[in-house]
Amino acid sequence: MNSVYVESVGLFAPGLNGWANSTPVLRGEAAYVEDELPRYRPTLLSGNERRRATDSVRIAFGAGEDAVHGRLDEAARLASVFVSSGGDYRIHDQICRGLLKPEKHISPTLFHNSVHNAPAGYWSIATGSAAPSVSLCAYDYSVAAGLLEATSLAFADRCDVLLVLSDSDVSEPLVEKRPVTRPFAAALWLAPQQSDRALARLTVSLSDGPARQPDPQVASLGTLCHGNPAARVLPLLEVIARSEPGSFNFPLASGGAMHVHAAPVDRD
Amino acid sequence: MTSGPINPLAITDYTLTTALGVGLERNWSQLSAGKGGLRPCTFAGIDDLETWVGEIDGLDALDFPREQQSYDCRNNRLALLGLGQDGFTGAVSAAAARYGAERVAVFIGTSTSGIHETELAYRSLAPDNSGLERLPADYCYEGSHNTYSVAEFVRRTLGLRGPCSAVSTACSSSAKVFACAHRAIAAGFCDAAVVGGVDTLCLTTLYGFHSLQLVASDICRPSDSGREGLSIGEAAGFALVERGDATPRGMRLLGYGESSDAFHMSSPHPEGDGAVIAMKTALERSGLSFGSIDYINLHGTGTRGNDTVEAAAVCRIFPADTPCSSTKGFTGHTLGAAGIVEAVFALQCIEHDFMPETLNTRRVDPDIRACVLLQSRSGAVSRVLSNSFGFGGSNCSLVLSGSDA
Repeated sequence: MNSVYVESVGLFAPGLNGWANSTPVLRGEAAYVEDELPRYRPTLLSGNERRRATDSVRIAFGAGEDAVHGRLDEAARLASVFVSSGGDYRIHDQICRGLLKPEKHISPTLFHNSVHNAPAGYWSIATGSAAPSVSLCAYDYSVAAGLLEATSLAFADRCDVLLVLSDSDVSEPLVEKRPVTRPFAAALWLAPQQSDRALARLTVSLSDGPARQPDPQVASLGTLCHGNPAARVLPLLEVIARSEPGSFNFPLASGGAMHVHAAPVDRD
Repeated sequence: MTSGPINPLAITDYTLTTALGVGLERNWSQLSAGKGGLRPCTFAGIDDLETWVGEIDGLDALDFPREQQSYDCRNNRLALLGLGQDGFTGAVSAAAARYGAERVAVFIGTSTSGIHETELAYRSLAPDNSGLERLPADYCYEGSHNTYSVAEFVRRTLGLRGPCSAVSTACSSSAKVFACAHRAIAAGFCDAAVVGGVDTLCLTTLYGFHSLQLVASDICRPSDSGREGLSIGEAAGFALVERGDATPRGMRLLGYGESSDAFHMSSPHPEGDGAVIAMKTALERSGLSFGSIDYINLHGTGTRGNDTVEAAAVCRIFPADTPCSSTKGFTGHTLGAAGIVEAVFALQCIEHDFMPETLNTRRVDPDIRACVLLQSRSGAVSRVLSNSFGFGGSNCSLVLSGSDA
């Protein structure tokens, strides 16, 4: 059993633009209104890098910058785990279309933006962080895979870890095969030790299952939660926002489950 | 962050398939004989790209299991071929029986997984009745192009039920899987793990690296004064790792070091700062001094930028006479599989007390002051450092040894 402490949360999704703005919705105190998500403009990237940043990089930054807001001087020491269930669908679409043309031209920027660790690369440039960074994919089980990796990293290296869970929406024609129609990104700043900022303690363990993807308490978040693999973390974010305890069994591909117990942290 | 000595991981079995051949024995016989596996590119009918590739023959003719049909793609065919060599599946089954299948994790590195299926599917894009473009009905994104596809295919093929992830940090992917396995075991999420890497030729990487002017039209010549760039290869390699204190068997992963360049998406830091951090951290974790590395397997892609910067970084840390070579002239740059390919070569170097030459390299660039081997060398090899660096500034170094180091 491994415990980590949630130092902060970042959120960037339709109708959930920023953690502070979204907590009333996650607590059930304000109605969820799914509005159009503006194109995020990363503040930590220089002009050149920002122009090159793709949609999938931007949503990851939307959540990541929200999580480190006000503590930028500490961002460089954070190890990171970036998880996406599919990478950048639009870039792959552009590359595959480029390859159909006689000259088969792929622009250099398009190509380097196509790697699964593009958000991680831009993040390390933006924060000046030389710390270890892992980029993962586990399809619909990516939230559990990310929590496992981030918890392991925090435990083994005794370091703070920024876990970024993000998935952009899928464009035509792939959306028929991979129906993700809403973007979602969340970031959790996880620490191996409790600080006076801690919002919750997460205890993570594996069990033999069976498990079913947990539903959000706010029923109107159900479509988002079940419609984007990264958004499967929403029920966990709800209990953090509510300072409530909660237990979740996130399904693994193997049929087993990742058990996450969230407990509020006592504060004087 | 702490990076003191760690409990080593036992590497109790491993296997390798590259353009040099299928299985360990063929790879070693070619590597030790100085015979490479690269040839001019004819992959997928390409006739407008003058380059050399490390292609593996016969993948299309493999029998692919019917029950896994939705996972059928070139990358998973290579994974299947690789898993079937050197008794590896038997060793994994024994580990699953020993620990429980749910206690054996799977971490597989890949950069492009089965993306070639999508490249081919786009050739068949056709509008439906409403004018919307449609991909072919038999195209399966989840089982092919998706980055996780190869990790899940490996897990299913081996019958494992532990945690499973694809690690995708470009060309450092399958070095970092060793770090992921070490962490997951240390944190108690599993007792053993299958780690590895699988990447196959595809148009995205061939034309993509070409657009960055990193692909050589000539054969890949790492560290050569006239080097033009890389040759792309494909490979599958796997290792079974367990807690070092649980078994006296096997080779050892003594340490690993990971870092981020924080400099540029596709160019290395000019002084190799990120590479230095990765190598130093790997040494700290292994508890070794700079002088106790017998051989360095370089990332050594054959591009002008990588080889100069990497050599300078090596010289900032290690004694100037530490023997180094790049094996990418043998296999090509196998991208997401490069880490496991070169980790397995490192283990074989230790087993055979042998250091391979830097194949195809005629004259070492005078700007490169590291001790780059142009001839293979026999001599005691107990501890090897292997470097893997990737786009996005993702660096990983591994320190490997025999069981008695």
